[in-house]
Amino acid sequence: MKADIGWSGLSVSLVLVAVAVALSRWRQLGLERSILWAASRALVQLLAVGVALDLVLDPGRTLAWSWLWVAAMLAIAATVVRWRAREVPGIFPLSLAAFGAAAFVSLGVLFGLGVFELDGRTLIPLAGLMLGNSMAATILVSRRVLEELRDKRTEVEARLALGQTSTEAARPYLRAALRTALIPQIETTKAVGLVVLPGAMTGLILAGAEPLDAVRVQAAVMYLVLGAVATTTAVVAIGVSRRMFTADHRLDWRLVGTDRPAERA
Amino acid sequence: MVAGARLSGIEDALFAFEHVGLSKAGAALLVDVDGTVPDDGVTTIVGPSGAGKSMLLRLCNRLECPTAGTVRFRSDDIAGVDPQRLRRRVGMVFQQPTPFPGTVRDNLLVAEPEISDVDATAALERADLTPEFLDRPARELSAGEAQRVCLARTLATRPEVLLMDEPTSSVDPRSRHALEAMTTALARDGVPVLWVTHDHTQARRVADHVLVLVAGQVEFSGPVQDAEPYFDEG
Repeated sequence: MKADIGWSGLSVSLVLVAVAVALSRWRQLGLERSILWAASRALVQLLAVGVALDLVLDPGRTLAWSWLWVAAMLAIAATVVRWRAREVPGIFPLSLAAFGAAAFVSLGVLFGLGVFELDGRTLIPLAGLMLGNSMAATILVSRRVLEELRDKRTEVEARLALGQTSTEAARPYLRAALRTALIPQIETTKAVGLVVLPGAMTGLILAGAEPLDAVRVQAAVMYLVLGAVATTTAVVAIGVSRRMFTADHRLDWRLVGTDRPAERA
Repeated sequence: MVAGARLSGIEDALFAFEHVGLSKAGAALLVDVDGTVPDDGVTTIVGPSGAGKSMLLRLCNRLECPTAGTVRFRSDDIAGVDPQRLRRRVGMVFQQPTPFPGTVRDNLLVAEPEISDVDATAALERADLTPEFLDRPARELSAGEAQRVCLARTLATRPEVLLMDEPTSSVDPRSRHALEAMTTALARDGVPVLWVTHDHTQARRVADHVLVLVAGQVEFSGPVQDAEPYFDEG
């Protein structure tokens, strides 16, 4: 394989870390320790993942191990979202459900319709790409829904007061939040190949695949990501907005706050 | 309750509050409120800021739910009435104008998706706005015009009752005058109005009945001519 650099190759590439350290020292950035820490931490993390993947992807193992790996990634992704969007109520179970739904839809299409052969070597990287790309959008959309409904509280209540259900009253604000979360993903999809060569394709080319083969995989991966982002953001946005209302179609003051302009007058 | 006792029995009241309490985040906003709102004319709710006036109003279309006691609308416990149907029968105009995006017509369509141009124009006229307003962007109107659009929007649902939450506090004198005139006209036409205000002169101008709320409790409830001592205090 063209990309097999061996341990010696890896050691030589450390020279580039030394370059970064030297630059930091020369310009007195005080970042030497951080650079060294980041570089060694990344190496340890990747080695650990590599060893674990080696075990899981061993031809003798059942696919169950790979699915278990995917489940663990799902739980970790949901934990990251909970940590990054702490202010959003019930975000952990919601993002877990959203990632689950996205995995079901996107992996279902890719494997169910035979785009990729179902195997640990395809399942784990594809699930990882899907989750990694959906996390940021999930965090963004959950915060946006919360902010939109808080900021536009008087408008939402005016809609409720006209007899709209909470679903109807929330619709324009959900739409705004979903557009905000999806547009960057659409822009990235548009610019792909023009600015940066995306990861999966780069990896395949480095590993010796023909560029056109690599492009086909990359395109499928991009559509996977687009579908997954759309699914996760929709599930999370609807879930968060439902939580903001009570069963009798009122905004839940515990989530939107208690101070009301009318009472300050 | 001090003077006047109950204006009417619970059975023929528009709204009846029975030992109503409302607490949020440990703060008691309304405490054991007992009283009735008569089923005619304009009733103003007056009282100092933070007395719970807006909260009392919001209980009437179930934008708030009491933490104690019962709120009745025409003798039915509000807790048992479908919120959407209740809110279309009990319309509300808020303190701040809340125009939705789009034209004035789009705003009326939110209230009444099937509204015809004839009905839309009629709703505008009742809010002292000319038909030309239909195609104007609602968010580019002045505060006073936007508030009148909000009134027209609420009237488009043909409510039986109108709740007004300090609707004139951010509008120009012309719009204030128009809102007061239209509201009293509506009340004369058989749509009773419950109007929150901290402006006692306004209460004198528009009210038939007055409910005085102080620190979450009813201090007075009765006809406007008996409410003078409470106005003077404010």
